Amino acid sequence: MQTLIFRTATPFLTCLMLMFSVFVLLRGHNEPGGGFTGGLIAASAFAIHGIAFGVPAVRRALYFHPMAIAGFGLFASAVAGLPSLLFGMPFLTGLWSAPSLFGMSVDLSTVMVFDIGVYLVVVGSFTSIALALEDREHD
Amino acid sequence: MLPFVGALFAPLLTRVMKHNAGWVLAAVPLLVFVHFAGMLGIVGSGATVSAGFDWAPSLGLRFSWYLDGLSLTFALLISGIGILIVIYSGGYLKGHPHQGRFFSFILLFMGAMLGLVVSDSFLMLFVYWELTSITSFLLIGFDHGREASRRAALQALLVTGLGGLSLLGGLLVISQATGVNELSSLLAAGDALRNSPLYLVALILVLGGAFTKSAQFPFHFWLPNAMEAPTPVSAYLHSATMVKAGVYLVMRLNPAMGDTAAWETILPMFGGVTLAVGTLLAVRQTDLKLMLAYTTVASLGLLVMLTGFGSDKAIEAAALYLIAHSMFKGALFMVAGLIDHETGTRDITGLRGLRKAMPVTFVAAMLAALSMGGLPLFFGFLAKEEIYAALGAPEGWQAALLVVAICGNALMFAIGFAVALRPFVGAAAKAPKAAHEGPMSLWLGPVVLGASGLAAALVSPIIHRFFSSPTASAVAGSPVDVTISTIPHLGVPLLLSGLTVALGVAAYLGLDRLRGAMVGVLKTIGWGPDQGFDQALRGLLRLATGLTRVIHNGRLDIYMTVTFIAVAAALLLPMMLFDELPSIPSIPEFRFYEWGVLAIAVIGVAAVVHARSRLTAIVSLGIQGFAVALLYMLFGAPDLSFTQFMVETLSVVILALVMTRLRLAPTDHRPFGQKLVDMAIAGACGAGFALLLLKVTQLPFDDRLSQFFNTYSKTIAHGRNVVNVIIVDFRGLDTLGEIAVVMVTGLAILALVRIRSKKVEVRATVAEEA
Repeated sequence: MQTLIFRTATPFLTCLMLMFSVFVLLRGHNEPGGGFTGGLIAASAFAIHGIAFGVPAVRRALYFHPMAIAGFGLFASAVAGLPSLLFGMPFLTGLWSAPSLFGMSVDLSTVMVFDIGVYLVVVGSFTSIALALEDREHD
Repeated sequence: MLPFVGALFAPLLTRVMKHNAGWVLAAVPLLVFVHFAGMLGIVGSGATVSAGFDWAPSLGLRFSWYLDGLSLTFALLISGIGILIVIYSGGYLKGHPHQGRFFSFILLFMGAMLGLVVSDSFLMLFVYWELTSITSFLLIGFDHGREASRRAALQALLVTGLGGLSLLGGLLVISQATGVNELSSLLAAGDALRNSPLYLVALILVLGGAFTKSAQFPFHFWLPNAMEAPTPVSAYLHSATMVKAGVYLVMRLNPAMGDTAAWETILPMFGGVTLAVGTLLAVRQTDLKLMLAYTTVASLGLLVMLTGFGSDKAIEAAALYLIAHSMFKGALFMVAGLIDHETGTRDITGLRGLRKAMPVTFVAAMLAALSMGGLPLFFGFLAKEEIYAALGAPEGWQAALLVVAICGNALMFAIGFAVALRPFVGAAAKAPKAAHEGPMSLWLGPVVLGASGLAAALVSPIIHRFFSSPTASAVAGSPVDVTISTIPHLGVPLLLSGLTVALGVAAYLGLDRLRGAMVGVLKTIGWGPDQGFDQALRGLLRLATGLTRVIHNGRLDIYMTVTFIAVAAALLLPMMLFDELPSIPSIPEFRFYEWGVLAIAVIGVAAVVHARSRLTAIVSLGIQGFAVALLYMLFGAPDLSFTQFMVETLSVVILALVMTRLRLAPTDHRPFGQKLVDMAIAGACGAGFALLLLKVTQLPFDDRLSQFFNTYSKTIAHGRNVVNVIIVDFRGLDTLGEIAVVMVTGLAILALVRIRSKKVEVRATVAEEA
């Protein structure tokens, strides 16, 4: 799509949507949001970018193949379940720690890793579907 | 069990010792033989040995053994002949690249067969039963480079495997009817089984298993085909042991299921027909192994017939014939293999005058044939006398059985000598290979088995005490004493024996003419169960292909229609049938913005229906979805609404992309009638979901789960957003599965898109070239 307005607005829109998606992902534990919704937002961002600037541009920007991202996400989610086994708890039991960084207490957990994995799977899968469909070069 | 361990090491040993490994591996069955022989004293006195341990106590399954006269005789036959077979295979397959594998299979089979005859629990019996089928498949298909071999193996597996399933069904029915699942307790519960209404079902199913395994007519066809296997296999599995598994089963169940009209009709009938068909078909063959195979079929028929006859005498005869047959038929098969091995052919028309070249083989063959022919001083004679003693005083239709038995035995006599005498006498004919005596490993087996046919008869009181009587007692279910001796004594049986021998000699002399007649008869029939098997298999394949074409026709619209009809039916039918339709609630007061959202949804739907172009329809569907998301938001489900928004957005984008990519016509061009049908289906689905939701809200709500999540989401999982905590923590494993599904779906879609674009490319290049 070659309209000037769309092409000018898209970079900002994509940036905003990506930032928002990470925000949604991280706040998900206490407020509405989470990995799945965040991932969908990010995937729409890439889809819009692809419509505006073509698929190769998005693929270059992503650097990794979207499916590789999804695969890594699945891997991360599965691995997030493992540490609890070391403590004799069932697979995927959440573990929490709250180290203080720069004077602020930050809650870190295996659950967060899991949710990031979900995010990556959703981003990767949906982006790759959307990009494959947008890809006109092989038509 | 020892043979399984032996099977594990057989290939290794064979690599080190080449064909001499046979001599070492024979130690395995030898040890088993000695072990079982040690129990002869106990079992011979009428006691039984049983042992076992719990396997799955919660299911009432035990791993248990039960050893009485019948099992022990079988076990000794299996291991005893096993010793000779293992040695024989060492010589027969000398230099074969897969000899180690062969030893392994043979020992595996031996283990399975031993397990089968000593099993007590039904399940164990079935497992070993199937194991013998599988090992037999491996052995028949051992020479897997040849088409005929593969076909025979598959055929044997299918026929016996099907029988195995039938047997499993039968055993389950028996345990339903009587409540026992061990053979030993079943033997005591015979009356309960016979009086049960399920008796006939159980009988037919069990006999289905036994008849397929023991190659009874009309399932006999797999056995001659199984002669594609190397000769040691034919000698061992397909004459001495495995095919007797069905006979074993019938004999084993005789005390529990026998003594009924059905039993005493079905068994003699099938057995008699099998005996007649087997001998007649044997006559037409010229291949040594095939001749023997058909007589094996006949012998199995004879055994089944005797077992079903019902009198103690017949059972004694069956026990004697069982032992005699294992010895002489095993020996004759090994002789056939030996001739094949040394001369390169087993066609009886091309074999003459081997007497001088292979004297030891000749002696062994004659010993076996004399026993098979039932001549005095041999064990076969005892069996035959006993058979005629049992059948000698026929009433009514049993006379037919007597005639069949006499003719069958006479023809078997003829075949026995045709195999054992013909190739050896006369002037030497030119064979593909210069004939000479085989190595010791090859002639040891036939000589030992042939000689034991003579020895067993000479010491018959001992054999009777330890083998015949305990076996017959176990089959009859009550103590039976076998007393027959080798000295001919005048009477009806001897007369019938004489008649048989006379007929047999006549048949032997006129064998060629008989064969010509049989070939003619078979040609006029032109169809047999063997062809029937092929036709059935082809039919099955065609049915499967046709069914696939109907179900999997590749038309998306039909898939969708079927799916949605199924959904609508699943939603609506149960509610209607069980009268569970919800009551229609009164419409509550809506706030103005709620009306607004509803209006948007309705407008969206209306736009979808009215849209001229597909693109408009897709976007309108998005409007409706957004309205639903708004509703979620208003009624306190922000997470759900958030996700709904995103899903709607993405699905609109993706649907639009798919549409442009597939280059569909921009407008809908379904005919009006089709539209009406689709509309009805859509309406039914929608109504179904609406009614279901109404019903759900009207049922009392169990809020234990929500309370649990509300209480613990902060304390256990450190999160205030209950929905997300459930997704990533409480139900983490579910989510892991779901994201895996998401990813696989993504991959699948990617692949579909790629395939399509590749096809387009190919078409484009083709067009360019043109």
